Amino acid sequence: MKIAIASGKGGTGKTTLAVNLALALEDVQLFDCDVEEPNCHLFLDLDLIKVEDVNIPTPEIDKSKCDLCGKCSEFCRFNAIAVLPKDVMVFPALCHGCGGCTIVCPKEAIIEKDRSIGVIDRNKNSSGGFEFYRGLLDIGEPMASPVISALKKHIDTNRTAIIDAPPGTACPVITSVGNVDYCILVTESTPFGLHDLMLAVDMVRILEIPFGVIINRHDIGDEKVEEYCNSQGITILMKIPHDHKIARLYSEGIPFISSMPEWKDRFVNLFETIKQEYGGVGS
Amino acid sequence: MKQLTVISGKGGTGKTTIAAAFVSLAKNAVIADCDVDAADMHLILKPQVQETIDFTGLDVASIDESLCTQCGKCKDKCRFDAISNDITINIYECEGCGVCEYICPERAISMIPRKAGDAYISKTRFGPMAHARLGIGEEASGKLVSFVRINAKKLAEKHNKDMIIIDGPPGTGCSVIASITGVDMLVIVTEPSVSGIHDLERVLGVADYFNIPAVVCVNKYDINKENTQLIEKYCSENGVGIVGKLPYDETPTKAMLQEMTVIEYSNNDFSTKVKDLWENVKKHLHETSGHTLLTMAK
Ligand code: SF4
Ligand code: SF4
Repeated sequence: MKIAIASGKGGTGKTTLAVNLALALEDVQLFDCDVEEPNCHLFLDLDLIKVEDVNIPTPEIDKSKCDLCGKCSEFCRFNAIAVLPKDVMVFPALCHGCGGCTIVCPKEAIIEKDRSIGVIDRNKNSSGGFEFYRGLLDIGEPMASPVISALKKHIDTNRTAIIDAPPGTACPVITSVGNVDYCILVTESTPFGLHDLMLAVDMVRILEIPFGVIINRHDIGDEKVEEYCNSQGITILMKIPHDHKIARLYSEGIPFISSMPEWKDRFVNLFETIKQEYGGVGS
Repeated sequence: MKQLTVISGKGGTGKTTIAAAFVSLAKNAVIADCDVDAADMHLILKPQVQETIDFTGLDVASIDESLCTQCGKCKDKCRFDAISNDITINIYECEGCGVCEYICPERAISMIPRKAGDAYISKTRFGPMAHARLGIGEEASGKLVSFVRINAKKLAEKHNKDMIIIDGPPGTGCSVIASITGVDMLVIVTEPSVSGIHDLERVLGVADYFNIPAVVCVNKYDINKENTQLIEKYCSENGVGIVGKLPYDETPTKAMLQEMTVIEYSNNDFSTKVKDLWENVKKHLHETSGHTLLTMAK
């Protein structure tokens, strides 16, 4: 089954939970979909190898065939091609790779060339059944979603997949949580945490994904997050206290289940509960 | 007029708390909340909305079923898997490129505008504010950020303000790029964790890529002093100034619960440190000269 870990607000502990949950389980794949700022690998002692480049097919114009008719730039809704009186220019960073300009060009003057905007990495040694994949968007590149889509192609539907989503509720998050069986929303008990949780709840409801909430640092603010969940009939899956040891281990890049083994059972139980209810047949 | 963006790469470092404190200390500034898909600044600044503007993002494809013969040509050409086998459009996948509309032999598809969020012009106790709310799952976050910044600029001109303080989003992608292009300086808020360091390096990479001066503030520096030293070393090796270090403190959470900035909430040690931080930021800001304006739409 596929479980995504998401949260409206950044810094609530999404990555920590995704890593600890994945490490507590057997035969699991972990995907870091926060391709703008991937952090899971910092908590995992493993060597990464590149699996593939993520490419956007971007137009290149054969100027000997082009008669500057302007149809391509008229078509392009992303302002990625400009036709000037004597020249035509492509702005690769703006191109979404839709292929429209190539289709509309009457002179067949456009060919598409792959342009890399990021990479997919994997752990070199996946013995023990733990497979880790991450996407990394190149610095200066605006579009995260194509990298996330390429990353999710590596999901093996016969195994358990844990997906660490980026923060927010915009399109990269939708791409990350799309098609999962269950979504865990992580929040903290502060006004910012509550506000952003409500946005995330709106999102999973629109997408019709079953979900539950983990309240991290549940003792730092007030009771409003819990009250909200109770009033909405939202399952609170787990509450994690603000613990100096957990914070310290986090800052050092150590998954806390490795030195606080009592948490391992809690994560296993959490997974079993979710799986029983939402795992479906054979997953 | 100076523009300053507070940014962090990683979420949850205290960026909005610090940006809100800056707003309460700046004497003559406009506020722009550019974290458009999880905006939190309004929870502290309690803006009174004076004008709401519909924000239309990219168009979306729409199929007239009475004309569609299910030939499937549109599905074949759509590169974003936004058209299903039974020829319906998944609006969350549709990038609005218009290829299907062009290719459809029955002219059954048209591109229609879609509302992608709201932009607001507001008044706060610290001055005018431009902010927005991106619709769930919307794509045009970079475009909306640019729109908020245009609104902030207009507000600054109208009210004769000499500074725009921008609360930026997490990450390094389109909305971050739109939040930092053309500003005078970035204040990057980080924390001494391995994630904080990693994300700081990436965000400094973005600043460098777009040639924008940046300074760093280490928040919760005492949760891991060895890592704070690593950050200091990294910054000094890369010629990046550190404008302040703030200890772990409960003041930000307590102030947040009262809907106040840390400056309003208390006069304690912590808020004094934040005031010093602001003085340092101003000094650096006045030393940076104007930069070429790079524009980048989504
Ligand atoms: S492929 Fe699409 S987005 Fe890219 S330049 Fe051509 S029309 Fe524009
Ligand atoms: S407009 Fe483009 S992305 Fe949207 S459905 Fe049509 S071909 Fe696909």
